[in-house]
Amino acid sequence: MSFFYNKLIGGKEGLTGLILLALLILVVFPLTLDLFRLNLVGKYLTYAFPAVSLVLLWGYGGILSLGQGVFFGLGGYGMAMFLKLEASSPENTAIQSTPGIPDFMDWNQLTELPWFWEPFNSFAFTILAILIIPAAFAYIIGAAMFKRRVGGVYFAIITQVIAVILTILIVGQQGYTGGINGITDLRTLNGWDMTSDSAKYIFYFINCALLLCIVLLSRFILTSKFGSLLLAIRDKEDRVRFSGYDVSNFKIFIYCFAALISAIGGAMFTLQVGFMSPSFVGIVPSIEMVIFAAIGGRMSLIGAIYGTLLVNFGKTAFSETFPELWLFLMGGLFISVVMLFPNGLAGLWNDYKHHLTNRFAFITKRFKSQKTLTRPTNAESESLS
Amino acid sequence: MSTSTDLTLAIEDLTVSFDGFKAVDSLNLYIDKNELHVVIGPNGAGKTTVLDLICGKTKASSGSIKFLNKELTELAEHEIVRAGVGRKFQTPSIYENLTVFENLEVSYPYGRTVIGSLFFKRNNEVVKKIHQIAKEIMLEDVLDTESALLSHGQKQWLEIGMLLIQDPQLLMLDEPVAGMSVKEREQTAELLKKISKGRSVLVIEHDMEFVEQIAQKVTVLHQGKILAAGQMDKVQKDPKVIEVYLGH
Repeated sequence: MSFFYNKLIGGKEGLTGLILLALLILVVFPLTLDLFRLNLVGKYLTYAFPAVSLVLLWGYGGILSLGQGVFFGLGGYGMAMFLKLEASSPENTAIQSTPGIPDFMDWNQLTELPWFWEPFNSFAFTILAILIIPAAFAYIIGAAMFKRRVGGVYFAIITQVIAVILTILIVGQQGYTGGINGITDLRTLNGWDMTSDSAKYIFYFINCALLLCIVLLSRFILTSKFGSLLLAIRDKEDRVRFSGYDVSNFKIFIYCFAALISAIGGAMFTLQVGFMSPSFVGIVPSIEMVIFAAIGGRMSLIGAIYGTLLVNFGKTAFSETFPELWLFLMGGLFISVVMLFPNGLAGLWNDYKHHLTNRFAFITKRFKSQKTLTRPTNAESESLS
Repeated sequence: MSTSTDLTLAIEDLTVSFDGFKAVDSLNLYIDKNELHVVIGPNGAGKTTVLDLICGKTKASSGSIKFLNKELTELAEHEIVRAGVGRKFQTPSIYENLTVFENLEVSYPYGRTVIGSLFFKRNNEVVKKIHQIAKEIMLEDVLDTESALLSHGQKQWLEIGMLLIQDPQLLMLDEPVAGMSVKEREQTAELLKKISKGRSVLVIEHDMEFVEQIAQKVTVLHQGKILAAGQMDKVQKDPKVIEVYLGH
């Protein structure tokens, strides 16, 4: 029991942070927001998956990936392919010249379903594909990079290039991928109307539950020896290597895990928003994900979730009123966070709380004038991480 | 060439050249079991390069490095470590964000694979071993201190401890007393004598006073080649050595 308490929850401090977050997304939002806004929050929370993955990868592992959109996209497209096939039954597409294939294929003069679309008729295959393909792709990239000791800026640039390549591929192969418009018009999941109110609520809660599970799983990783090694590799890679560890394997693992998390977020995005397009794959979304993590606090799993929500609320609010100003504002926000609060919101919160506890200790000390009132405050880092 | 020996380390004909510059040139070096061997030499003599070659950081152009009859030149860095070779870097190389305890735990030679590290458990045996090592390196009182807060000398000891916990058969130390106070130097000398029991130690050092305190056997390197080797007092009187190194 204590194993689970300490390893997954992160002790008392971690539990408080987790309960607060769970209350906010599972109770406060559904009670106070109308369905349209709740669905919007659900969409934002899918971006929190890649943001959390960047906390592990970048914050702890020191590996800056500017291409998490690739995995978000792979997960999202996997789900979209299944849903699109379901939406393209021969009855629904009777007016096409080739009924039974997705509409965009018909527009591009395809006369039969490409082979790699076939297996996506199966829901079980789709789920497996969402979990395996992005992680396998990450393994290939990771093995190619980390075994050759490519790191730092070079790795960041290469991941960014991969995001560009994938976008160009998707846009260019219109007949197979739906091109720039993406895969749209997704209506049902196994016959169940995805656009209904109840479906939207259910997807929202599934999304929240998955996100919380991933926070727990990530905590397990970070509190294990693997977590310490991750920090150690970030700070002194050579020392770890010359302590008998094959450093590249550790980097590959965390990169694959980050890809898996991002892909789950992507699949949930498709389910809640009802389409997937290359604009969630390329450089801009990938960098935005880094910004979410940076603003929330790149050393804090929960902070990254708050960061994602905050930036996206801001984006929605500002881009409705000053659309052209938003990008400058976000750029400014990113720069000021990096310059002034390198630990993001989580860092600010921890400082503030530290200050409060100190103050509390001081006041109680004065009033009661007893000896042993200053409790040790190891509140420093754990509450939000 | 050489077949089976009972030497801990047998380096033969080792050469490495960087763009034609031979940093180490046909070097032969033998280290016995339980021997504390010191390599000295002026700047640029190739001392650190020799350590880099042994631990696999630099690949040899030719020659062989046999450790307990195992050829090291073909192994990856982590395999060399697992074979039983530990190496301390010149500047203290510790994980500043982790506590002293965690630094030692991360270096503990179990849970070295990804899966192993995920399910590594801090059991009594691990804790006991960490306390034992911490006592040896005089850091038992600061186990829970973040290691960034240690003094320079303590950081050097911590790194030595991180190697000791792996119980290597060959321990290589690159200028272990650089930047230490006089008292810390003495304590380090004591520590080295203690830890060289039951294993071989190879030390690179500039500080002649310190070398006199610890050395059994000394090798003087100059321009990638051995200038002199043998007992400390004999080497010190060697006119060639005096000329290139000790004279000033």
